[in-house]
Amino acid sequence: MNSTTSPDRKLAPGYGMPDQVAITEASDAKLENGIPVFKIDAGSQELVRIEVVFPSAGAADQPAPLIASSVNDMLEEGTVNYTSSAFAEQMDYYGAFLQTETTLDFSSVCLFSLNKHLPHTLPLLEELIKNATFPEEEFQTFIRNRKQKFLTDEAKVGNVSRKKFVQLLFGDEHPYGHYQSATDFEATRRPMLIDFHSRSYNAKACHIVVSGKIDPTLDNLLGKHFGNNWKNSSIQLPMVNARMHSAEGRFHFVEKKDAVQSAIRIGRVLFNKTHPDYFGMMVLNTVLGGYFGSRLMSNIREDKGYTYGIGSGMVSLKQAGYFFISTEVGVDVCKLALEEIYKEIDRLRNEPISEEELNLVRNYMLGTFLRSADGPFALADKFKGIYDYGLDYSYYKRYVSTIKNIRAEDLQKLANKYLRDEDLVQLVVGKM
Amino acid sequence: MIQFERYTLSNGLRVIVHIDKSTPLACINILYDVGARDEDSERTGFAHLFEHLMFGGSVNIPSYDEPLQRVGGENNAFTTNDITNYYLTLPASNLETGFWLESDRMLSLAFSEKSLEVQRNVVIEEFKQRYLNQPYGDVWLLLKPLAYKVHPYQWCTIGKEIKHIEEARMEDVKAFFKLHYTPNNAILVVAGNIEPSQVKQLAEKWFSPIPSGPAHKRNLPEEPEQTAYRQLRVKREVPSSALYMAFHMCDRRNEAYQTMDLISDMLSRGNSARLYNELVKEKKLFSEINAYLMGDLDKGLFVVSGKLSEGVSFEDAELAVFNELDKLCKTQVSDWELQKVKNKMEATVLFGELNVLDKAMNLAYFELLGDAGDIDREVGKYLAVTAIQIQQMAQKVLRKENCSSLFYESQK
Repeated sequence: MNSTTSPDRKLAPGYGMPDQVAITEASDAKLENGIPVFKIDAGSQELVRIEVVFPSAGAADQPAPLIASSVNDMLEEGTVNYTSSAFAEQMDYYGAFLQTETTLDFSSVCLFSLNKHLPHTLPLLEELIKNATFPEEEFQTFIRNRKQKFLTDEAKVGNVSRKKFVQLLFGDEHPYGHYQSATDFEATRRPMLIDFHSRSYNAKACHIVVSGKIDPTLDNLLGKHFGNNWKNSSIQLPMVNARMHSAEGRFHFVEKKDAVQSAIRIGRVLFNKTHPDYFGMMVLNTVLGGYFGSRLMSNIREDKGYTYGIGSGMVSLKQAGYFFISTEVGVDVCKLALEEIYKEIDRLRNEPISEEELNLVRNYMLGTFLRSADGPFALADKFKGIYDYGLDYSYYKRYVSTIKNIRAEDLQKLANKYLRDEDLVQLVVGKM
Repeated sequence: MIQFERYTLSNGLRVIVHIDKSTPLACINILYDVGARDEDSERTGFAHLFEHLMFGGSVNIPSYDEPLQRVGGENNAFTTNDITNYYLTLPASNLETGFWLESDRMLSLAFSEKSLEVQRNVVIEEFKQRYLNQPYGDVWLLLKPLAYKVHPYQWCTIGKEIKHIEEARMEDVKAFFKLHYTPNNAILVVAGNIEPSQVKQLAEKWFSPIPSGPAHKRNLPEEPEQTAYRQLRVKREVPSSALYMAFHMCDRRNEAYQTMDLISDMLSRGNSARLYNELVKEKKLFSEINAYLMGDLDKGLFVVSGKLSEGVSFEDAELAVFNELDKLCKTQVSDWELQKVKNKMEATVLFGELNVLDKAMNLAYFELLGDAGDIDREVGKYLAVTAIQIQQMAQKVLRKENCSSLFYESQK
């Protein structure tokens, strides 16, 4: 063929999807004091991510609002041996980054470091985790700034709807549903942080996940800094026993007088990833609102132009899970958008998904799965995604197999079982 | 080291190929050398609206997204003042689908009226969601025209006003495409688990038949030097007052760019940085504060922005920032502090090279700057910056006469 002849552009090139997705598994070892260490040796750059996870330090374990995340965020604000600025100066000098995270179910501290600087940066990670002091003055500044940020967020309809929605699903008393208020900030006291830190950040409930190009000297360094007994190891872990309690009624509205757009959330309490219907619901969710070509996007953005974006999702938590649809639309088309959303849910219940659409979704999900397991840090996240739920790597094999084999009639059954209008909670924040 | 192969097709399309066998994926990044700065001042927001239209079907393929999703791919795009960048990733075995889709929309779009109408609405909703219905959303709509009086950087990529987007006509769309979406105005990067010979064959097959466009020379007015301090004060319903200070600085290709970047790092990168320590932690004038470069290809802006603590006046807050900037002008930085920001930069670059898509985007951008090979010389440029250069550039740029300040006052 002459290179200047045009190819047949109407005809899509052939393609194929990989049969299996190979996931590099984490290796498993223990430090002297019993702390499990999981390692994923991958990547070509001389750097590493070391994540220390505390599964009893999540928001669901806190005795009062804000405590878990305040402890986690304030670890860098001063330790026994460093002021906050001296600590930051050291971290920054060695080009290291810290990422602290508090979710509803756990807290973690993550160090990103070049391998060559580990002898300097790992002791800093140890210092932070074991010797944080939460100085009073830093605590005051922290709470003040955080309150200001909270107030900024309150002005955004999208944020209000996100928080209000989980409150409707789980109730204000349960940490999953609690809606922060300005009084929560005023009620937070430094001794509560110190107490939570000593109970929840210790060797008894902790594991370490390392990913990147792993240097042979790392084992010794980890043993030296985390393998001995920590001073608080004998203290009992906290137990919080709050009840989940959904709101009465389906329809909820929060008015924002000056809103140009209204935020919509529709959804319900479901289950987490250990449930047998979870994979099927993931596929159904993708069809509805889980990708750019989804039915909600095609209809409400691409066809009607009501919104910049609309999507749906499945959220998996340790004690529960939920399904939600979310969008922000012009206030003048809010009612029309709601109608179209319910029409799309109705179609899922009443019509089988065509083979063509289902195949597209299968391949899209397989591609997304490949992307989600690409690179050392992503592989570490894949490991965390099963370990935290007591699952093993066969979970991903079953996931891929469900994506490939689930039938349209199975999905229609799921829609009739879990997506009935009368079970869905609807929230609008803005104007209607 | 990021190794790559580079060649130019007969129609002027520049092709860069980077192999990474550690990923099961391949990615295609196409950078078009067109951005909001290339717009008519009466038809702003067009480059970005056009980015949306690129997903509305091309001349031979009615839908862009669907066939890509069908082979497990995903894509996105962004528009800046300088460039429009499109990227996709897919399982490496399906690379050809990416070539098919990208080459067809470079050849010609479907130009459907329906797509134009819908995307106009989508972009108007985006304007509302990100610039109007958001606290502080209109900051850049105010600050840019304050800092720029002549250069097209005076408007945002979303456009000056919604009216410009509403008025977009099909004939404008077609003319814009013809002028800017040509192979000789684009850079194609293919990266991932691929074979260079296969890429070459696919590039010849799908892109070579696309005719070159007219050579297009950019001729933008240069922003005159600012000689007097500017200030704008507005009141908005936001929870806290915010201060924005913009200083004119050099362009991205200028040899002083890396020096300016390190200055911004000294001021606000990490918790040991100067502004955070002095103004948030010590003096408590701000609840948060940042310094950063806009990174523009033409002469750009160095920006300091922060949220004021309750009860602090704009005058006191601004004076405190100027005092900190003044320290950089008067006193040479210590070796430790300079080394610190250099170490941080080195780590940032290495962490930024983990992902194949990030590498592809960076290769395209460095090629636009002049040479994709500079990607490996960039760290060296940072490491070579001296304390004297830091001081000289601070003196040159961080002056009050060169500053445009926006006082964004909270009105509760």
